[in-house]
Amino acid sequence: MPNLQRLKNLSGSASIVGVAESDSLGKVPEKSPLALHSEAALNALNDAGLQLSEVDALFTAGWSTLDVAEYLGIQPRFTDSTSVGGSSFVIHLAHAMAAIAAGYCEVALITHGQSGRSDRAPIPRNPGAPMTQYEYPYGIIGPPISYAMACRRYMHEYGEDRTRQAMAEIAVSTRKWANLNPKAYFHDTPLSFDDYHDSRWVAWPFHLVDCCLVTDAGAAIVVTTPERAKNSRKGGISVLGAGEGHDHSMISQMPDLTRAFGRNTGPQALEMAGVKHSDLDLTMIYDSFTYTVLVTLENLGFCPPGEGPDFLADQVSAPGGSFPLNTNGGGLSYTHPGMYGIFTIVEAVRQLRGEAGERQIDKHELALAHGTGGLLSSTGTVVLGRS
Amino acid sequence: MSPEYTKPVPVPQPESDHYWEQAKSGKLVFQKCSDCDSVQFYPRILCVACSSRSLDWIESSGKGTLFTFAIAHVPPHPGFREDLPYITAIVELEQGVKMPSQVIGIEPDPDLLHIGMPLEVVFEEISESISLPKFRPAE
Repeated sequence: MPNLQRLKNLSGSASIVGVAESDSLGKVPEKSPLALHSEAALNALNDAGLQLSEVDALFTAGWSTLDVAEYLGIQPRFTDSTSVGGSSFVIHLAHAMAAIAAGYCEVALITHGQSGRSDRAPIPRNPGAPMTQYEYPYGIIGPPISYAMACRRYMHEYGEDRTRQAMAEIAVSTRKWANLNPKAYFHDTPLSFDDYHDSRWVAWPFHLVDCCLVTDAGAAIVVTTPERAKNSRKGGISVLGAGEGHDHSMISQMPDLTRAFGRNTGPQALEMAGVKHSDLDLTMIYDSFTYTVLVTLENLGFCPPGEGPDFLADQVSAPGGSFPLNTNGGGLSYTHPGMYGIFTIVEAVRQLRGEAGERQIDKHELALAHGTGGLLSSTGTVVLGRS
Repeated sequence: MSPEYTKPVPVPQPESDHYWEQAKSGKLVFQKCSDCDSVQFYPRILCVACSSRSLDWIESSGKGTLFTFAIAHVPPHPGFREDLPYITAIVELEQGVKMPSQVIGIEPDPDLLHIGMPLEVVFEEISESISLPKFRPAE
């Protein structure tokens, strides 16, 4: 089990000094996935006021760090290709902190790049793996169908109509935030509750607007020591708490369909940071689906199991509401190349710095970012604060 | 079995050869630990409850209940395009294990499908060596 006393000593021992996306997001067929990684890396280093030559640790998922480092022309002294789905990059941030605190490296670069929409050569899966052997033959392939089965179970346990209402609240509030973010795919497209209910089915009980976008995009994060962060261009955002883990791979092996691993990573990250839910000014939750947000908020302990629909009622998570959530417009309405987790951190850092423009929240001291990977399989949670 | 079967076909592994061989002969089998009596799906070389390597095969009654489901309206793979909409499911077998499958023999209408409804196994031959266990509403 994690040693919480030692984790508390680790709290704040690394700082985020640079965040960025690739030059363009959305439909970007003219850029390869590695080009998106690289654009984002250069942009994040520029944000930090650092050079690529100063990077001594590399973290990525989807691609191996071997490929990304070679493409960038760097020779890292610490390398981590932990690839457990879209949560990976949140987990990388915790690993970067541990590596920096242990002395393995000083300037860690976390990169992401994926052409979910335009990829000419998606990576195939091993046909002998349990998932391809036992689920794929039934057409249980990919996130929408798998998450939809988890959602249907949640509806059975806690009520279909109130679950549906919560999903609509999330879709609508997230779109309102996207309407304030010029980089959001749906920046110019509003979404009403009627639009939500009229949306076509993808995998019942999911409408199209319950599902995240599929885009092309990259993002990157630069992490360093608190000492070096003081002299960086914009100062540092401290990594105060973290938790990671997973409890299954394919959806039919999930121990409890309504309780993902955030039940462990949320409390751990908050305790390590020494803060409570009510201290948080911003919550960034990987919204692969509207349902993912609903169940994740419960798993993380924002409210008891089954009470998410009450917690989210009346657009509390929309701009101007009491619970700022996914202020970039999320995977649902801003961007989602396939493994979105890194963007929760990019937005949290921008909000904490006070550079979120029209969507800037008023109080911005403390944020939680949470990624879910695979088929509700893995989670990574971090708590971030202004240094 | 159609010569143009275009859906993913399982590639059995050494620990699952027996499962697929039995399915081919119309039997649904799973593992039971001879040390702690736990049952498990899918086949492994150890018991996930107690780590014992002493596992027996037991035959399922073929009866179970619907634990959860979804209805696919968009094909996640080109091979499923003609089947839309189709019902994916997690089925809880009488002896306690849960397995992924499809529910067939009923309209893909969420109002007709109920969590807990009784189901029974049927086998669909998809290749010379593979038959897929699927489920239909029980009599």
